[in-house]
Amino acid sequence: MTLRHAAAALVAGLSLFATDQAAADEVVVQRDKSFSQEQVVVSAGEQVVFSNRDTVTHNLFSRSPGFEFEVKAQLPGQDTPVRFERPGVAEVRCAIHPYMRLRVVVEEKGIQEKGIEEKGGEP
Amino acid sequence: MSRGTVRIALLALAPLLVASVIGAAARPASEAQSDLAALKAKYRRPASVPHPPDNAPTEARVRLGRSLFFDPRLSGSGVMSCGTCHNPGLSWTDGLERGVGHGMKTLARRTPTILNVAWAEALFWDGRADTLEEQALGPISSGDEMNMPLEVLVPRLRAIGEYAALFEAAYPGEGVTEQTIAKAIASFERTVVSERAPFDAWIEGDESAIDAEAKAGFVLFNEKARCASCHSGWRFTDDSFHDIGVAGEDRGRGAVLKDIEVAQFAFKTPTLRNVDRRAPYMHDGSEKTLEDVIALYDLGGRARRPSLSAEIVPLELTERESRQLVAFMRTLTSDDAPVAIPSLPR
Repeated sequence: MTLRHAAAALVAGLSLFATDQAAADEVVVQRDKSFSQEQVVVSAGEQVVFSNRDTVTHNLFSRSPGFEFEVKAQLPGQDTPVRFERPGVAEVRCAIHPYMRLRVVVEEKGIQEKGIEEKGGEP
Repeated sequence: MSRGTVRIALLALAPLLVASVIGAAARPASEAQSDLAALKAKYRRPASVPHPPDNAPTEARVRLGRSLFFDPRLSGSGVMSCGTCHNPGLSWTDGLERGVGHGMKTLARRTPTILNVAWAEALFWDGRADTLEEQALGPISSGDEMNMPLEVLVPRLRAIGEYAALFEAAYPGEGVTEQTIAKAIASFERTVVSERAPFDAWIEGDESAIDAEAKAGFVLFNEKARCASCHSGWRFTDDSFHDIGVAGEDRGRGAVLKDIEVAQFAFKTPTLRNVDRRAPYMHDGSEKTLEDVIALYDLGGRARRPSLSAEIVPLELTERESRQLVAFMRTLTSDDAPVAIPSLPR
């Protein structure tokens, strides 16, 4: 079942279960049928680890253009890394619990430095 | 991604799965009993009824909404109101396996109750409406249900003289519009709240409010029978969607979230408040009694599909445990006051 889930979730801009990257992961916890935060910010190429610390099974999916993916059934106790490869905003939802919504803001690599430079040009 | 990576993921998962199985088996009944107080606290009734910031339920709005809800002129035939199917005498549903719409057409799904919908998220059996305001106009305009195009409804209500004052009092200066019709009906629906049941008295400390069988049923409901995985909180629903193994071709939420496997054949978890007043059960009326419903869950569902919820597993309930679960559910029924149907505007 896990093999099928992983295969289905492999789409453009995203990858699951990739473990060879050194980038720091952002962790989002699912507990009491809610995400631990409303928004998470990562740099392109970084992972968000979804950590199901709930007593029930969850689902994760996004229909945001360029970020489409689905983690079909994420069992209690399961940690699921999802890598966000390109800049943009992904709205991540749970198909089982409709009020569970998370915004993943994916910034360009090094955007913070670039942002400071651009700000310097403002009056 | 390589197959090797997947294998590592599988290996990493295995101890978790084993741990959860052992944990479930080793948990003694006494420990569950000691958690009872904490468990009961999760089911306390809320102090107030929620509403959207732009539609506070004033008396005038509720009064208008009540008239609209019970007015058959909101249907194409002129004989069906919202209250025809959502009949307060039948716990705000119709007692039928599936609803009957325009021209006596039998609909695909059972009429859901509107009891406690003020708190509901994602309305309709398939969750296709985000708000009560959005939901309210759906059955009115559906050709299969009330068959009243909204562009026909608005002038029809404008032509009923006494409605003008009701709309003006409810939404000053806004007139008769699709929006004010929807907001008024939603405001009335937010007043449809189940009253205190014996279960509530027990939660608040009256040990004599429910009997020992029902109390045992409550523990089963939360533990062995796993009902509270979805039927949680004071309304006994978490507004989630699951394929629970009811046979049939209706894909439910799967038609809204196409290609999402867990949404296929998934339907909204209904409230269990006053549930013994609302037979038959499930989205299609396929289970006749509460005992039949328990039997469905005990089996782990009748239809086994890839979309079947991971929460649905054979329960191995004894006959006595099944009876205790039903005894518990019957304590959720309140003796609600009769509902006044207003004299309608002419």
